[in-house]
Amino acid sequence: MSRPSASTSSSSRSSRSRYGKEVKELQDALNQNKIESKRDAIRKIIDAMTRGKDVSMLFPDVAKNMETSNLELKKLVYLYIINYAKIMPDLAVMAVNSFRKDARDKTNPFLRALAIRTMGCIRVKLITEYLLDPLKESIKDEDSYVRKTAAICISKLYDVSPELIEEQGLLKLLENLLNDGNAMVVANAVCALLIVQESKGTTMLQLNPFTIQKILTAMNECNEWGVIYCLDALAMYIPEDGKEAEAILERVSPRLNHNNPGVVLSACKIMMKFLDYLQNPETIRQNALKMTAPLISLLSLGKEPEIQYVALKNINLIIQKRPIIIEKDIKVFFCNFNDPIYIKLQKLEVLAKLANNDNIQQILHELKEYTQEVDVEFVRKAVRTIGRCAIKLEKAAEKCVTALWECLKTKVNYVVMESIIVIRDIFRKYPRKYEMILKDLCENLKSLEDPEAKASMIWIIGEYVDTIENADTLLANFSENFKDEPANVQHQILVAVMKLFLQRPNDGKELIHNLLKTATIECENPDLRDRAYIYWRMLSTDPELAKKIVFTERPTISDSSYTIENELLDKLIENIGNLSSVYTKKPESFVKKLRDVLNSKIADKIDDVYDQDQLMDGRPEDYSDQQGGQSNVYDNTYDTSSQIQSQIQQQQIQQVSQKIDLLELDDNQPQQQQIPQQQQQIPQQQQIPQQQQQIPPQQTQQPNQTQNVRIPFAEVLSVNTPGAQSQIQGLSVEAAFQKNGDKIVLDLKITNKTQDKTFSDFGIKFNKNPFKLQPDAIEIQCQPVFPGQTQVTQSYINTNGPVSEEPPQMPYKIQVAFKTNLDVFYFFIPMSLSVLFSSTASITQQKFIELSQAQNLARKQEVLQIQIDPQRMKEKLERNYFFLIGVRKDERGVELLSYAATLVNGMALLANVIHTPTAINLQLQVPHPTLMPLLYQAIGFILTLN
Amino acid sequence: MISSIVFINHKGEILVYRVYKDDITRSETTQFCAKIVATKENKECPIINIDGTSFIHITIKDIVVLATTKVNVNVAMTLQFLYQLVKVCRAYFGGEFDENCIKKHFVLIYELLDEVMDYGVPQIADADLLKKYIQEGGLKPELMNDVEKLKQLTSQATGATSWRPQNIVYRKNEVYLDVIESVNVLMSVKGTILKADVAGSIQMKCLLSGMPECKFGMNDKLLMQREPRKPGQTTTDKGITIDDLKFHQCVKLPKFDKERAITFIPPDGQFELMTYRITENINLPFKIMPVYNELGKNKLEIRVKIKSIFEKNLFGTNLAIKIPVPKNTANVSTNSAIGKAKHEPEQQGVIWRIKKYPGDFEALLRCEIDLGSTTNQQPWIKPPISIEFQVPMFTASGLRVRFLRVYEKSGYKPTKWIRYITKAGEYLHRL
Repeated sequence: MSRPSASTSSSSRSSRSRYGKEVKELQDALNQNKIESKRDAIRKIIDAMTRGKDVSMLFPDVAKNMETSNLELKKLVYLYIINYAKIMPDLAVMAVNSFRKDARDKTNPFLRALAIRTMGCIRVKLITEYLLDPLKESIKDEDSYVRKTAAICISKLYDVSPELIEEQGLLKLLENLLNDGNAMVVANAVCALLIVQESKGTTMLQLNPFTIQKILTAMNECNEWGVIYCLDALAMYIPEDGKEAEAILERVSPRLNHNNPGVVLSACKIMMKFLDYLQNPETIRQNALKMTAPLISLLSLGKEPEIQYVALKNINLIIQKRPIIIEKDIKVFFCNFNDPIYIKLQKLEVLAKLANNDNIQQILHELKEYTQEVDVEFVRKAVRTIGRCAIKLEKAAEKCVTALWECLKTKVNYVVMESIIVIRDIFRKYPRKYEMILKDLCENLKSLEDPEAKASMIWIIGEYVDTIENADTLLANFSENFKDEPANVQHQILVAVMKLFLQRPNDGKELIHNLLKTATIECENPDLRDRAYIYWRMLSTDPELAKKIVFTERPTISDSSYTIENELLDKLIENIGNLSSVYTKKPESFVKKLRDVLNSKIADKIDDVYDQDQLMDGRPEDYSDQQGGQSNVYDNTYDTSSQIQSQIQQQQIQQVSQKIDLLELDDNQPQQQQIPQQQQQIPQQQQIPQQQQQIPPQQTQQPNQTQNVRIPFAEVLSVNTPGAQSQIQGLSVEAAFQKNGDKIVLDLKITNKTQDKTFSDFGIKFNKNPFKLQPDAIEIQCQPVFPGQTQVTQSYINTNGPVSEEPPQMPYKIQVAFKTNLDVFYFFIPMSLSVLFSSTASITQQKFIELSQAQNLARKQEVLQIQIDPQRMKEKLERNYFFLIGVRKDERGVELLSYAATLVNGMALLANVIHTPTAINLQLQVPHPTLMPLLYQAIGFILTLN
Repeated sequence: MISSIVFINHKGEILVYRVYKDDITRSETTQFCAKIVATKENKECPIINIDGTSFIHITIKDIVVLATTKVNVNVAMTLQFLYQLVKVCRAYFGGEFDENCIKKHFVLIYELLDEVMDYGVPQIADADLLKKYIQEGGLKPELMNDVEKLKQLTSQATGATSWRPQNIVYRKNEVYLDVIESVNVLMSVKGTILKADVAGSIQMKCLLSGMPECKFGMNDKLLMQREPRKPGQTTTDKGITIDDLKFHQCVKLPKFDKERAITFIPPDGQFELMTYRITENINLPFKIMPVYNELGKNKLEIRVKIKSIFEKNLFGTNLAIKIPVPKNTANVSTNSAIGKAKHEPEQQGVIWRIKKYPGDFEALLRCEIDLGSTTNQQPWIKPPISIEFQVPMFTASGLRVRFLRVYEKSGYKPTKWIRYITKAGEYLHRL
């Protein structure tokens, strides 16, 4: 319940004064002695709070009522305080005494628990300290109700002040609660430990045969929610051998008969995981089959639809891993007329998986029924499922095709379109087998609004140009609007007409001629144009070869595109019942906290280099703080071409200031004038001192290596960021990776902004990274930096370091640990991909063509909005090892330049470049999509920086 | 864990808003209200992720009950918890759950929300138990100072039999047992059974003193096979095959797993002992035989024959057979010997109601439908014919209660009442 925006609270003057009057009235009521009037007032306040109104100004008046003996009033006051404590920490301190008093109340355990529960919700660091004593007492409270509340409270306070909780040994006390005699206390302790474990990133709940036994015992006595925490904890355990796994399964499997679906799915989670540890196939089978009936029950009519949905999502995973669990019971996956759409779609998914040669007749019969329903999305998916069955089951394909044939005859627009799309796949899988439906297909040419359906139809015509007599007329009709069609339709027209010409040269001659002309001259899409060029050339050199190429054998398709790869599947099986299983994604891909923990774990590994003891307890909590100070070109995301403009401007500004300093004026750069004067001045003032400092290393260490683009320094460590031990701050570091001939170097600028400390003994170590970068030596050659001083150093980088499997992110940063005599600092140094270009040209023209036709490359069109002289552009790219491979001109004289670079790890990056006076059009090809924005950024750097 | 619980009306206005973890902002929720609830998009999927926040919600009539989270929560548990929360609210509001009563009792709801969940972790969500220590308007002051009573309450709340307090006394000990079965059937146009199952529920009302241990037995095939045969006993009833059973938390699951015996210490008052599912050998109480004819461009005829398949001395009650008709139906004339049939345009169908229907009996309804002219050229997509009914003293599954034994230290013998009823679930016949 945050403060509402200003606009809602002060829409007009009169309402504001009325509002003020209301506030006054509430204040008066709260200050009266009568409980009823207080209660009414606070009800009104809570009501306003619920509606999102800001009632924080009443805090002092409300808080006064904390010490009431009326429990109902007290609860309301607490509710209010929880809500506003965070934004009013000073006032929240007022509440502490009341909590401390209530937590020690002798008679009423509910009152003690309420105080413990509520004070944990006041997430103000200042207050945590005062709450530790009562909390410690409550852990030992004689009443289990208070203890179970205390267990959760520890996890709450850990989130606010982790150091304090650890220092005070509360985590140890929490662990001890696992030995509590009360099952609910144990269950809550398990849950709290798991919460702490997740935010801490290290194991808190030690799972061993001893604790497992405790959890299993607690599970028998606690309530249904407690059973779920126990099961979810057990699911994390790795059994020592098959025997242990079997013993645990024996204790867990009775839970399948619980009426809480959460319990059932959590039990399935353990069973699915532990079955992998069993050896005896018969035991595995028996245990697996125990899950069948309980899973199906989750789908029975009258079950809540949302729960059915989760169950279906999980069944989909379970049957992929162990199909035996649901083999026969296909009927439960038949759609009910009144099922919500999200259930129907999931059921189709399961049906497609369950389809086999024995049940296909029955399934098809149902699917045909569905194609007559009203919901378009459902009908389309039903049609698609028929197609999937055809591709999956060769023996049943004919039946499926017959069913689709019937769909075609319905003449219902979306049914027909979807049918055509799946028939295309069937034709691909079983070439020349089902030609009998071609006639009916060709009767539906008019209604094809959906581009995919249209493209599919055209593909089919192209494939059967020899059978379809009037293929030439049909294709001529499609070609009429060629220019207005979407890209995928255009492509299919081109391919189909090509096939027509190759098979029936007389009928297709004119058509192909016109089409190639249009495609090469009037089309904007480079892919299409390229294809047209290639066809044209093939036809003019060797038509027979062209035939071979166009009618080449295609890789077969299968239904496996819908299956999940094993590694992900196992991860999802571990997450049965959790959100992860519903999203079919690994948890870290949608939980930010997990990603943060993973990142800090990576940082842990860096520590190994340095003194371990020194780093044990003082890790920076939040890396974002350290990055906060940065303001550099890398941080902008490169999503769209339009976004880049501002960034480029920024670069241009830097470039300008750089030019002024280095006196490297270049006449061919008209953009210099475009920068508004004001903008130009501000950065200049900031940049000049920096640039001056930058000059010495350039002059002393690399006098002959000015040809590579110079990446500007970026602030990577701000003055306000403390070191890992929080002992010291005041060190500022700016850094930039540079290409220097065939070497990669890291320039560092270290500034000491402390009053009295001297930094020395610098060292640097990189975290694992995708390109295996590491410094040649950990020590940095640098003089001690005295207060107020700045030193600039350079380190050489090699590519023999450990590799990280993570693909590079945008912006690409390398995490480093930076050692000094006083503390260790962690930060990220951004890097331009251009630094990683290999200095030797290894890609030949031949290789370029091969690569550009490879299927698995990521391709993207980009536009770089800069103005640059073409000659200068070529020069700059070449100088930075982006090598020109070939040049060709189209009929209008537009020059298409092909460039390629090799990364230090051997990956090839390709770009087709068209230079125009106002912008540069890029067609980029990279082996991995994550490299796309990085390459775009790198080219931007090369062309705009000096 | 769950970050917040929110009650939202169909316009997307927040009625109750309780935050458990401060990793969520109100604006994220209001955005969900505006974009998803107000636009009815929530009907499309119960679990939605917007910018890293998961919105898990259920819809009860016009009210959306929402749980938000930023972590990988157990979503099955979360959904079940939301339903349980609604159940708790209903228990407090006399079965109601709508905007009015939420607005009226919002203070109580906040109090409940504080109790049922702590830091996003479900705690105690049993209505009967909660009612013992949370009441609208506060508890009696006497209770608040009675150390013993309070101790008893907390130990019950966290104890192994949290559903039953100690020291219950009834002058007359009674047990009521209802076996309620819903039959779900889908029949094809030709009358073949596409799928059929029975969803059963055994409801109990226990008015028993002390801490009684109960043992419940039915004609479960698997259980009966285990029992040693008594000499001289006829074994006509071999028992029925039960696909799956789900029990109230009071039933001792490990014991069921080992011996297939249903033993439990029941809660006080009414509760659902178990639910079960049966798909084999179902006795369908009614058979529907429709005939559909297009008599002309604007005229349809639908004839529905219905036959009861149970013993003559039993009766079906409150039959309602819904025969769908096209949207552009102008007039319907009906003709039947029994019951009343009427065209109800808002239901898009003819509803044929019969108060009491004898066993082993056939009845026929003939509907002539005149269609108004329409611009819509698409053919009519015929929804299935559905039927509602109740047949007392009949179980579609053949389930019978064989015994209910009650053991209590004081050794009383309670009076037992048993009822059976079979109802229509989704009883559909494609047209």
